[in-house]
Amino acid sequence: MTTPPRSHATRCAIALAALLAAAAPAWAGDTTPAQQLDRFNAAAGAPGQAERGRVFFGRTHGGEWSCASCHHAPPTRPGQHAGTGKALEPLAPAFNPRAFTDSAKVDKWFRRNCKDVLQRECSAAEKADVMAYLNSLK
Amino acid sequence: MNRRIAAPLISLNALIALLALTSAPAIADGPLMPLRVPPAYTQECGACHTAYPPALLPARSWQRLMGGLDKHYGTDAALDPKTLAELSGWLQQHAGTTQRVAEEPPQDRITRSAWFERKHRKVEPAVWKLPSVKSAAQCAACHRGADQGRFDDDELITPAGLSAAQRRAWND
Repeated sequence: MTTPPRSHATRCAIALAALLAAAAPAWAGDTTPAQQLDRFNAAAGAPGQAERGRVFFGRTHGGEWSCASCHHAPPTRPGQHAGTGKALEPLAPAFNPRAFTDSAKVDKWFRRNCKDVLQRECSAAEKADVMAYLNSLK
Repeated sequence: MNRRIAAPLISLNALIALLALTSAPAIADGPLMPLRVPPAYTQECGACHTAYPPALLPARSWQRLMGGLDKHYGTDAALDPKTLAELSGWLQQHAGTTQRVAEEPPQDRITRSAWFERKHRKVEPAVWKLPSVKSAAQCAACHRGADQGRFDDDELITPAGLSAAQRRAWND
């Protein structure tokens, strides 16, 4: 199959559009998954344990959903919102370079999703465990 | 000499044309999404469900929804005051005004609107329950351009997992 020749103008426009598109997702990012683990470890006063985080992540806590209901377990592949069906990016940082790179987002989603799963906010120790678990997935 | 100068100018025009094509304003049977979509709308609302075009609900429905985000269909979707004000204003500005959308649907759910039910009346109950569809709120399972506000029939795709019989019915 041959591609039709493109004019210089079209090529320039495509290159510029591609450049704009590539630059867009690079705005966020004030932290790293390792820094987030450090933050929760410090707040908890003890290092998070990956195995405890794995168990916490996979079980329901008196309600209908677990973390894995949307993110799957292990969350190394794209998830799907358990209510709406919306596709979600993988949660484990090794499989999604954007995960846990914006501390405001980390706080917002822990707050919201913990309420969905536990009907309360998560403690620093619980977040440290989950963070240790997610960072351990390779 | 002239060619060298002219080329970038043409490129810029081509780019503007390209951008205009991909984000045309709401016209009949065209994209329903307004030209300008606040990034927070895609980030906040669009993280959990389709970034619904504002024109699919009347202003009163959006007003109620945005006034009760802490109890948003069983989840806490609360926003900070600044984002809430920004998105509420944008939704009010672009809310549906056509006769079809004027009626406030039960529970302010787009999927309970009379026009929605009429348009989807031939979709079998089993199709809604497919893992690839999961809920009527997941427009993108069938409407490829949903997140950009495009719902035309010629952009419909077959949801994954349809049985042979369902596929035949679908293609009818």
